Amino acid sequence: MLHTLAVLVENNPGVLARVAGLFSRRGFNIDSLAVGRTDNPAISRMTIVVEGDERTLEQVTKQLHKLVDVIKINDITKEPHVERELVLIKVQADRAARLEVMQIAGVFRAKIVDCGPKTLTVEATGTEDKINALEEALRPYTIKELMRTGKIAMLRGARYTTVK
Amino acid sequence: MEITAAEALVRCLELEGVELVFGYPGGAILPVYDALYNSKQIKHILTRHEQGAAHAASGYARATGRVAVCMATSGPGATNLVTGIANAYMDSIPLVCITGQVPTVQVGTDAFQEVDITGITMPIVKHSYLVKDPNQLPCIMKKAFHIASTGRPGPVLVDLPRDVQDKKIKFRYPQQLDLPGYKPTYRGHPSQVANAAKLIRKSRRPVIYAGGGIINSNASEELIKFAETISAPVVNTLMGLGSIPGDHPLSLGMLGLHGARYANLAVTNCDLLIAVGARFDDRVTGKLESFAPEAKVIHIDIDPAEISKNMIAHLPIVGDTKTVLRALLEKIEPRDNGEWVKQVQRWKEEYPLTYDKNGHLKPQYVVEQIYRYTKGQVVVSTDVGQHQMWAVQYFKFNRPRGLITSGGLGCMGFGLPGAIGAQIGRPDETVVLISGDGSFQMTMTELATAVEQNLPLKIFILNNHRLGMVRQLQEFYCDKRYMAVDFQFDLDFAALAGIYGLRGYTVTSAQELGRVLPRVFDEPGAVIVNCLVDEDENVMPMVLAGRGIDQCID
Repeated sequence: MLHTLAVLVENNPGVLARVAGLFSRRGFNIDSLAVGRTDNPAISRMTIVVEGDERTLEQVTKQLHKLVDVIKINDITKEPHVERELVLIKVQADRAARLEVMQIAGVFRAKIVDCGPKTLTVEATGTEDKINALEEALRPYTIKELMRTGKIAMLRGARYTTVK
Repeated sequence: MEITAAEALVRCLELEGVELVFGYPGGAILPVYDALYNSKQIKHILTRHEQGAAHAASGYARATGRVAVCMATSGPGATNLVTGIANAYMDSIPLVCITGQVPTVQVGTDAFQEVDITGITMPIVKHSYLVKDPNQLPCIMKKAFHIASTGRPGPVLVDLPRDVQDKKIKFRYPQQLDLPGYKPTYRGHPSQVANAAKLIRKSRRPVIYAGGGIINSNASEELIKFAETISAPVVNTLMGLGSIPGDHPLSLGMLGLHGARYANLAVTNCDLLIAVGARFDDRVTGKLESFAPEAKVIHIDIDPAEISKNMIAHLPIVGDTKTVLRALLEKIEPRDNGEWVKQVQRWKEEYPLTYDKNGHLKPQYVVEQIYRYTKGQVVVSTDVGQHQMWAVQYFKFNRPRGLITSGGLGCMGFGLPGAIGAQIGRPDETVVLISGDGSFQMTMTELATAVEQNLPLKIFILNNHRLGMVRQLQEFYCDKRYMAVDFQFDLDFAALAGIYGLRGYTVTSAQELGRVLPRVFDEPGAVIVNCLVDEDENVMPMVLAGRGIDQCID
């Protein structure tokens, strides 16, 4: 089962290496990892999607907590939360295909953010499912390049993953 | 007044009460050594290899319970510390390791003697710092000592680029620490403690399984009281030996793959296993399904990640062993499990640790005689291998920090530098090193350090001219196809002692050993006793790989 962890870490050099190293050496599988700073520049936030059963998750969480730089971990999988992923897809689109690609982008409420002589670059945000669907829809036009950010997530409403 | 960061480092060490640094200098750490020159408080112990420095620091920390400091230069100096750091990490030993690093501008350029030591050691340190801003150094040192010594102790590495060491800073040692992600839990949750008391009340066949966490928290007194109050036999991990006196009626010594049969029988048949400061290591449990199969498990540990890592705990208590045991003692009334204790006693009589006493000088006999002669009133350091197992089987450790040994990492070569650190930390006690001819040769270069520091180590080498433990494994797992385990060259360790100006003896029989022992312990200086023991002796009992500890062979 996939679990989504919201993790607050001190924005110290090497913190990403420590987290990534922990996963690899303890044999945990990272499905995706997104990281960036928070409103407090001293604190970064990671959204880690990890695969495993309850027991694995318990170990992942406890081992992460042992890292001195890790401040807080929330397993938000079962809590109401918003999750988004951003994707950039560069699709081969000559004159004949261009309109179709734009129509597909429209269906997914994606944006065309770049237009080359033979390509269109589509930007979309959404859940993993939606991004997967968009990718499949564009695949027949030949995807030249694709980059996904990995999931970022946040609890809904009055619940937070913040430092007190 | 401004001082250099190197001087600031020495000031930090002094303020932390450091009296000793084990180290080896080099180019990238020159300014720190230059600053050490002026310190009246700190003595530097120059080893012969950086691994020796790390192990000696570890031995010192194990023997005294204090944070120990080791130091090395960049590159090879730093990598030579690595084994010692890993060893300290596996056994939860508080070290602060300081390494020199190439100047900041050269970091990442494959400069001369550059290695990414914070990267290399990442999986084997509790935490590490690469100091880029000299002004941060005092704060980092404060954190390093705090992290190393609190919670579950462990090594912390501070990597200090050469140019940073020379920078001038305004020195101020912080009072407060800001570590938002580091808050170890000491007090056990009261309701969990109450629940544990309930389980203890219901139990008829309890066993306490006590590990190094008791030693680290100085909780030996509490452990003994706890065991006596609830009338429960105590089995020890290798790291836990000495937490309850080996000759205490409730002590069953070491359990596990080379544990006594009665210790393993007690665990197999108990209805309640109380793990205190132990981590269900595979060398303890054997096949997990057969480990304490009928028991409810209470697991007391300061590291939450240890709980239910290998074996599911029915009742976890996260906290410091001393604090939790005290809380538990308040919740329980004395109990009498007389029948159970008697049963365990019967096993003890029925399946004693024993060996064939005929023939050549037996390694077990040597250990027994050292114990008998010293009445156990010595600190014993060991290396790793057969001799280590015999040492812990046949020597009764009657107090905490009486055994200095490499547990989790199983690090051959730890013994001599470990003994050096222990002797320096406990100058008034006799330190005995029980080693093997394989392990000893890994770090015997540190004999020079021992001589230089006038350390009266009593060194016993159980010499079987081979790597006995590996040979034993090959006997059982490789159909006696002995590969790379016999030493062709017979090193005369007694003669080696002479080269270092030490007294050396070779003993080949029980009679000779009997004659030599008084001389060894009367001699004011260090002594090496080369014990030519039965070469074919195996460590028994033994639990074969994949079996439960209820299925040992004798």
